[in-house]
Amino acid sequence: MHEAAAVPSWVLLAYLISGVCFILALRGLSSPVSSQRGNRFGMLGMAIAVATTLATHEIASLWEIGAAILVGGGIGLLIARRIQMTAMPQLVAAFHSLVGMAAVLVGAAAFLNPEAFGIVDATGAILQVSRVEMGLGVAIGAITFSGSVIAYLKLNGNMSGAPILLPLRHVINLGTLIAILGLIAYFTQDQAPWIFWTVVALSFLIGFLLIIPIGGADMPVVISMLNSYSGWAAAAMGFTLHNSAMIITGALVGSSGAILSYIMCRAMNRSFISVIAGGFGAVASSGTAEAIDRPYKRGSAEDAAFLMKQADKVIIVPGYGMAVAQAQHALREMADLLKKEGVEVDYAIHPVAGRMPGHMNVLLAEANVPYDEVHELEDINSEFAQADVAFVIGANDVTNPAAKTDKGSPIYGMPVLDVEKARTVLFVKRSMGGVGYAGVDNELFYRDNTMMLLADAKKMVEEIVKALG
Amino acid sequence: MDFISILSIFVLACFVGYYVVWSVTPALHTPLMAVTNAISSVIIVGALIAAAAGGSLGAKWLGLIAVALASVNIFGGFAVTHRMLAMYKKKERRDA
Repeated sequence: MHEAAAVPSWVLLAYLISGVCFILALRGLSSPVSSQRGNRFGMLGMAIAVATTLATHEIASLWEIGAAILVGGGIGLLIARRIQMTAMPQLVAAFHSLVGMAAVLVGAAAFLNPEAFGIVDATGAILQVSRVEMGLGVAIGAITFSGSVIAYLKLNGNMSGAPILLPLRHVINLGTLIAILGLIAYFTQDQAPWIFWTVVALSFLIGFLLIIPIGGADMPVVISMLNSYSGWAAAAMGFTLHNSAMIITGALVGSSGAILSYIMCRAMNRSFISVIAGGFGAVASSGTAEAIDRPYKRGSAEDAAFLMKQADKVIIVPGYGMAVAQAQHALREMADLLKKEGVEVDYAIHPVAGRMPGHMNVLLAEANVPYDEVHELEDINSEFAQADVAFVIGANDVTNPAAKTDKGSPIYGMPVLDVEKARTVLFVKRSMGGVGYAGVDNELFYRDNTMMLLADAKKMVEEIVKALG
Repeated sequence: MDFISILSIFVLACFVGYYVVWSVTPALHTPLMAVTNAISSVIIVGALIAAAAGGSLGAKWLGLIAVALASVNIFGGFAVTHRMLAMYKKKERRDA
């Protein structure tokens, strides 16, 4: 075979141990109790992988590498310390783009200096199988990079969250994808630089094209999908380098992202293909205009405070609006006051509440809400019937009863929280005008047992806190 | 290692990933994304090889930039995961 087969076995063992550490890192996340230990396993695995690589390669100049790690690491630590929890989706998207870019750069470096990677045959040409792996690696990496940059811009508000629909986009996307695969196939026959760089350029382009038609609330799926891609890119590079740590990690991260995308799609009752095709929420439903005139009950902070003080059980349903208004701390204060009055307070989280998987859980944890008060949809949905008050703050579509009854609704079939079964629904919303992301009106607003609290989420909760105190 | 042994590792790791990730509690899905982000930066191994090798100056600089990018992710990813996980607390027992 070739040079890579001559690697001493302790090196292979070290990379394997590093891979096992990464498995344990994810395993730790099965419970908040073991999660910190899991994270330390992750760090250990990374340290082993880096140390092994440095120990087994002749290094032309160590100080340059050290400087690169120091600069990068310093920036990373600074960002990690400064970032606000509400900005976590953007941060994750930005980090994904870095993994993608790193994969492209490593692939390009391997193309320019294949001897260093031990992937050349006797004549000095790059091994055919390595060319495929390399081609796939840079293609997936480039898609991850440009896709994540667009996702970042949308999540950070630099770019409108509305879907941007190009004419013929499906034809263009499919054509580009076929061109990339065709070029990678041709690359095995001819290792001309133009083929390699065209694959890179087309992949950057398609990453961009794939994400621009996808709207803001589909971002949980997009982020998970890009997470998956970054894993597959690492795995493809691992094949090129014959490195088990990279392959194990790539497979783990790839399946992790894929499973998260699946969970998110299931929670919206939509197929993965329809999310990726994009355009959801671009056309508002026709029923919106006349719906605004329907009668509804409006309440004040004092009304809400009074109702909740009398209650035995209150379930809080947070959504993206809570994150936007940064209302989580005020919300926890409100819950504390209610608990002092002897009210039982729980939180109900829909899987797609927020802009990334688990977004609400992190924000509530940040506000010191104990995690055993925070429940997933399946665990708490039956309890709304026993609740006196359902307090909906910044969520909309995930509470819409039309998903259960109205076959014509775009969100029909989506699992929703049964908030209308509570004796009273308090619905915090900025104004009656806006509709949820899906562009559908929420029948919940006009029910007899619903009281609308129309204000900025944070202000409303602060006023309720004042009224309770 | 030959291609088949590498492929075997990959396929088995996909299965391990499948079962391990399903057992992650939904409450920790955001830290899961942050930590997978950090560990997928193990791609730094490839970057280090490129940066360490003599010969092609272009490949070396691409490698060094990749080392820096992956380091942002490694340090940033693990640190932010740590920060998030430290916030998850259980209810304090009041009946003590």
